[in-house]
Amino acid sequence: MTFGMSRITLDEGDPTRRAFGDALAEAGSDERIVVLDGDVNNSTYTMDFKDKYPERFFNVGIAESNLVGVAGGLAACGKIPVAASFSVFLLANAYDQIRMSVAFPNQNVKLVGTHAGISIGDDGPSQMGIEDVALACSLPGFTVIVPADAASTTAATHAMIERDGPTFLRCGRPKVPVVYDNGDSFEVGKANKVRDGDDVTIIANGIMVAMALDAAEGLATEGVEARVLDMHTVKPIDTAAIEQAAAETRGIVVAEEHLAWGALGAAVAMVVGEHHPTRMSFVNIGDTYATSGKPDQLLEKYGLTPDAIIDAARRVLKD
Amino acid sequence: MPQARTEERSAKEQIARQIRRNIVTSTTAAGSGHPSTSLSMVEVITQLFFGGVMRYDVKDPHNRERDRFVLSKGHGAPGLYAVLAEAGFFPVEDLATLRKLGSPLEGHPNMARLPGVEASTGSLGQGLSMGIGHALGARLDGLDYRVYVMTGDGEMEEGQVWEAIMYAGNHGIDNLTLIVDHNKYQQTAAVDEIQPLDPLDDKIKQFKWETTSIDGHSFDEVEKAFDWAVGIKGAPQAIVANTVKGKGVSLLDSEPGKWHGKPIPPEEEAKALEEIGA
Ligand SMILES: Cc1ncc(C[n+]2csc(CCOP(=O)(O)OP(=O)(O)O)c2C)c(N)n1
Ligand SMILES: [Mg+2]
Repeated sequence: MTFGMSRITLDEGDPTRRAFGDALAEAGSDERIVVLDGDVNNSTYTMDFKDKYPERFFNVGIAESNLVGVAGGLAACGKIPVAASFSVFLLANAYDQIRMSVAFPNQNVKLVGTHAGISIGDDGPSQMGIEDVALACSLPGFTVIVPADAASTTAATHAMIERDGPTFLRCGRPKVPVVYDNGDSFEVGKANKVRDGDDVTIIANGIMVAMALDAAEGLATEGVEARVLDMHTVKPIDTAAIEQAAAETRGIVVAEEHLAWGALGAAVAMVVGEHHPTRMSFVNIGDTYATSGKPDQLLEKYGLTPDAIIDAARRVLKD
Repeated sequence: MPQARTEERSAKEQIARQIRRNIVTSTTAAGSGHPSTSLSMVEVITQLFFGGVMRYDVKDPHNRERDRFVLSKGHGAPGLYAVLAEAGFFPVEDLATLRKLGSPLEGHPNMARLPGVEASTGSLGQGLSMGIGHALGARLDGLDYRVYVMTGDGEMEEGQVWEAIMYAGNHGIDNLTLIVDHNKYQQTAAVDEIQPLDPLDDKIKQFKWETTSIDGHSFDEVEKAFDWAVGIKGAPQAIVANTVKGKGVSLLDSEPGKWHGKPIPPEEEAKALEEIGA
């Protein structure tokens, strides 16, 4: 699957959910880690942890509210619960349980939502987590991480477990292009500058980082040098990197595989508005549910492509 | 409203074979979807739409007086679409567009796009509540239609199902029938390994429902169960349909734990269709 003339494909690289599952099984030697499942461990890849540490694995059934509540109780006992399901079922179905058992008492629960975004494809809109980042970001005290590829998901999984506090890690279903090598630096709360440039800045996360890099190559052929920031941590957001981008380049494009309201675009705009107003434009799913279709068709249809990012950059640069 | 009634046993069996066939071909063509989930529901939905149980008018699909069928286990969409097509809500050829871009036959049912779909489902646990709303609508509007809701057995783990069961029982909502497709398996394991449910009929009965437990692949028993349900006054009715996940295709029903959410590979399709006999 390729997008127009670009080099982005969804048939290379590992899916981020797979990288999460592998990293979780690896981290599992820490006996404080317990894993909670809602009958989807073969979709989230927590099945690898289950096979290695069955006594610390709990499949509570198709019951996300109960799943999150139980995770809260385990956290209160000093365990490190990792609760994983489809991101939409976890965040949307169990939202009040997340408020009361995790966010409000500031508990050390790790929520991992897989099958985020429209790139899940055929299964259709009921299975797509496209409001999940907004929901997670609105919870006080939460850390929200949206990694770009498999290697950074591995790093994010370990980092999430090592630091204390409630966290949401967002993973996707399909294979995603490789952006990082294993071992590349990954620091929660700190954007990665994956390409330098002084004309315009593209701030992206998740699958849109590879698209942004591709768009930047396209822009370079027009003589526009784009800086690309991988803003894998949406909350807390890297204010310094955004301020610097606003000051050093002529405008900012924010690209994410999410609805328009309340996620990365909003977070960046708050920083820009308060600290260094500049021109901005936004590439996201907009304000609509998607449909069924192949992942590449949906990304094309809903405007999540390198071309859409290039257009957005042109809008920002237009005088 | 015209009432589809195909009481001839052999005609119903023929329709069931046709539905099974279309479940297999549409999911294999899509390369994804849940045939085994859909195959276990075939006799029940065939009886609902072709056994004279439900009143509906495909030319007027939103008729206020129609009976409603809510597929709460939305991943059984290929089964729902196959029966709706067979009933004439849309051309049978459209089944080939399952899950394709632009098709209203999405991976999970979307009531905003496809007539005959009474609730958008796909997040498990929610259909019975929608069904109660439809049933209360009849009371408010002084209409005598009935509402049929089908859940999965794994789906019964969702708390909302029991909130709905408690409410419908306490309020004697008797134009509501729940069918649990008790096919013994969910996504990652057997229901018994995750959350044993049985005796499910007894449990639901405790919430002031009338219940019955049947062989969900026997047209005799399915037909009797719906006749029974319609006769009950003052309480909602639950039919626990004991079924086999993947019923009718040996590749699937010989190993029901292995095929959740997996289409039949193209090279196995001919054999599956031969077994179905359509
Ligand atoms: C709220 C929610 N959680 C998880 C899922 C993922 N999921 C889809 S089907 C399924 C298993 C359903 O089992 P069951 O209800 O027994 O249906 P069957 O396929 O056996 O008919 C799961 C866990 C979902 N669709 N919705
Ligand atoms: Mg089942």
